[in-house]
Amino acid sequence: MHTKTIAQLADALRSKEITSVELTQHFLDRIAALDSHYNSFITVTPDIALAQARAADERLAAGDTSPLCGIPIAHKDIFCTQDVRTSCGSKMLDTFIAPYNATIVENYLKAGAVMLGKTNMDEFAMGSSNETSYYGPVKNPWNTNCVPGGSSGGSAAAVAALLAPGATASDTGGSIRQPAALCGLTGIKPTYGRVSRWGMIAFASSLDQAGTLTRSAEDAALMLNVMASFDDKDSTCVDQPLEDYTATLNDSLTGLTIGIPEEYFSEGLHPDTAKAVQAAIKTYESLGAKTRSISLPHTHLAVPAYYVIAPAECSANLSRFDGVRYGHRCDAPKDLTDLYKRSRSEGFGDEVKRRILVGTYALSAGYYDAYYNKAQQVRRLIKQDFVDAFKDVDVILGPTSPSPAFEFGSKTQDPVAMYLEDIYTIATNLAGLPGLSIPCGLVDNKPVGLQLIGNYFAEGKLLNVAHQFQLATDFHQQLAPATA
Amino acid sequence: MEWETVIGLEIHVQLATKSKIFSGASTAFGAAANTQACAIDLAMPGTLPVANEEAFRFAVMFGLAMNSEIGKRSVFERKNYFYPDLPKGYQTTQLEEPIVGPGVTNIELADGSQRAVRLHHAHLEEDAGKSLHEDYQGMSGIDLNRAGTPLIEIVSEPDMRSAEEAVAYLKKIHSIITYLGISDGEMSQGSMRCDANVSVRLKGEEKLGNRCEIKNINSFKFVEKAIKVEAERQIEIIEDGGKIAQETRLYDADKNETRSMRSKEVANDYRYFPCPDLLPVILDDDYIETIRRTLPELPDAKLNRFVSEYDLSSYDAAVLTTDRVTADFFETAAKVSNEPKLAANWVMVDLAGYLNKSDTKLGECPFTAEQLAGLIVRIKDGTISGKIAKQVFEGMCNGEGDADSIIEARGLKQVSDTGALEKLVNDVIANNPAQVQNYVSADDSKRPKMLGFFVGQIMKASKGQANPQAVNEILLKKLNEQ
Repeated sequence: MHTKTIAQLADALRSKEITSVELTQHFLDRIAALDSHYNSFITVTPDIALAQARAADERLAAGDTSPLCGIPIAHKDIFCTQDVRTSCGSKMLDTFIAPYNATIVENYLKAGAVMLGKTNMDEFAMGSSNETSYYGPVKNPWNTNCVPGGSSGGSAAAVAALLAPGATASDTGGSIRQPAALCGLTGIKPTYGRVSRWGMIAFASSLDQAGTLTRSAEDAALMLNVMASFDDKDSTCVDQPLEDYTATLNDSLTGLTIGIPEEYFSEGLHPDTAKAVQAAIKTYESLGAKTRSISLPHTHLAVPAYYVIAPAECSANLSRFDGVRYGHRCDAPKDLTDLYKRSRSEGFGDEVKRRILVGTYALSAGYYDAYYNKAQQVRRLIKQDFVDAFKDVDVILGPTSPSPAFEFGSKTQDPVAMYLEDIYTIATNLAGLPGLSIPCGLVDNKPVGLQLIGNYFAEGKLLNVAHQFQLATDFHQQLAPATA
Repeated sequence: MEWETVIGLEIHVQLATKSKIFSGASTAFGAAANTQACAIDLAMPGTLPVANEEAFRFAVMFGLAMNSEIGKRSVFERKNYFYPDLPKGYQTTQLEEPIVGPGVTNIELADGSQRAVRLHHAHLEEDAGKSLHEDYQGMSGIDLNRAGTPLIEIVSEPDMRSAEEAVAYLKKIHSIITYLGISDGEMSQGSMRCDANVSVRLKGEEKLGNRCEIKNINSFKFVEKAIKVEAERQIEIIEDGGKIAQETRLYDADKNETRSMRSKEVANDYRYFPCPDLLPVILDDDYIETIRRTLPELPDAKLNRFVSEYDLSSYDAAVLTTDRVTADFFETAAKVSNEPKLAANWVMVDLAGYLNKSDTKLGECPFTAEQLAGLIVRIKDGTISGKIAKQVFEGMCNGEGDADSIIEARGLKQVSDTGALEKLVNDVIANNPAQVQNYVSADDSKRPKMLGFFVGQIMKASKGQANPQAVNEILLKKLNEQ
């Protein structure tokens, strides 16, 4: 049962092959039995899950047609869930219980989806390996000596280990697509503004966007259909008509033009990753797509610009964690300054502190123009690169990350090496474009991710292009060895 | 050496929107602590701000009233600093692209002259909560009801040259915001607060001296006193050969002195940057013009109209138009009575005196403008004399009803009946033969003055109710018959 995709499970529920309670119990049992190997969940919510499953079964019996009704999913612990702890992977919020649901959590509730629990993540979504979580690192189901990627490593590992058929995630610089690549999943980061950020704990507000991790593009379409909505509680949400992303999955690729940015195949890219991506290009050509080489000339500036803008925003976003109203408070503060200093020193981990310091520095008097303003200028250039490219091509294709999953500790001492993990994914966040990663091969029995970047609000096109690849290949059906 | 004080004001005005600037929580004053703070005001994780359109409308109204450029694109920024009553750790405010750009307003000075005070800009921002340091046994309490209340910060150029001018400008701003109805302007409740930048220089000197900012002055009276005492302090230091340190100071009303705030609070680097949760707000011409068309008559226009329409002096018109409630009260009384000058006098002298003495607001006055007009009509039609009118007015202030019912109840109606008056006159003439003799033998130039004695006696005998004009006529006739 756990090897089935969401689309298959939805059929099974409707054909009464299984009930939502049975299905939910099955995944809860798997989590209880197996998650000690992966550490993908921070909080499991069996009582809530079973209550929601019972309600879903009633809805199904009454003829509910929502495809996600009764489907168990996991939420990244960055999304606020009413009455259930939302830690954001931090000691700071170890005891925090929000009195509200994130809009996307609410959307899934309304659709009848069942919440299994909250998944592990890099602290405040800052990391590319899931090694910065207060709750310990998450292990990659394909190779438990390796990282699952980050920051949505818990959601990725949970889906790859078949502990949940799908999970929510968030992506600020690659935090959905890179774990999708490293864990052999389909991960989509929608256009900035397509999905509400209300109730998603902010890392870098102008870059953060929620998305999904699933085992197929079809499942991603089903998940995104529910997640996407216009929300007047988020001023940056765009009032764009909703579409059924499953409707265009089977469109033909004949006549599609795929742009291959030369800058995405430069040094630093693992040769076997490059080979797998090149093979994917051939597959697309065989499906009737045209490919052409393009240039995104400011690609090399994406990581430096990102590591000014994201820390600058995070330095302000994380100021609210001050030990005054909620979250971690140090013992017996002797005065206000002591309260601030110790609560924040104790509550935040090293990577979070590093980024707060970098961001504070970049915004400080005398440096603002040289760093923050300059980075914003670069951001506009990067966006313009894409705008120009999309005049000639329908989608852009390249690798998701430079290499497959790496071993624990191999990059923790060198922050810059870790930051370069997101070298191919960061630019889409800076430009606000949708991006998606699908598996396109294995290197040393570890998955390789293929990245597709679409134009604004072209999620339907991206999922169509991904789905057609998955009809022609079986990389997405390969399961992590330990799960079988 | 002659010194000149240079003053610029930063005025914070709470806008009278129903809900907060970035959340749906109520802004009503005086609720129990923390009952009007929602998850957004508490800066709970994952919450997001949504800008309140009404706050923008109010700010645009103010900008138009100040003849300012309106920022068609305005941007919220984050001003970063830690304080327990600032839940997000930053204040959302405007810096580079404010909603209201440069403008100008005129102030009327006591000597009848005018001075133009330029507006540097005005911007929208959110208020902080309140830290409560009493009643918590050495700890501090926080009330976040006020957190997120919309403010407009109005920043003037350093165009004022005395404490009196600063107060006149502050009153002008107060009158504009209350005319517009965008704030209740209650300084005692913190709806309007003032920071004063004060420096001194020798008269004729072009260069500005080092300034000190006096924070959070909460009444017109204290603004005047604080500026005076601060200017004196600075002059004394310079005359003693010292220099003024640029710093933030607090005014202590009990001691009537300013004192330095801790320098640490001044040395903040606020690390402003555009708030990524709020998109730039773009206003089009239609939006602005629609607001312009709905602006009420403003103090300057009303003043000019009162001068031309009611033939008032510029000073009287300025006094009557300081606030909208007074202006409306006067205008109603003037129109209903058709006696604008009398109405102006009654409002400025008697009514103002009563309100002041009884510490009553005009809104709580026990009688209406129409009722005051009723009193004026009774003076004009001779039912009562001006003197009796004061008694009737007193009755109205005591809530005894309108002029007619008080005149009736107290029997104050003026006696104009010729027969009754003749009797009074005859009695007085009969009882004062010596004075009559003096009058008769005096020459014409001295007679009018001597007449006063008889009138006084007659009024006394009639308990003030005799019609003075009729008494005069009869008296003259009778005396001439002697």
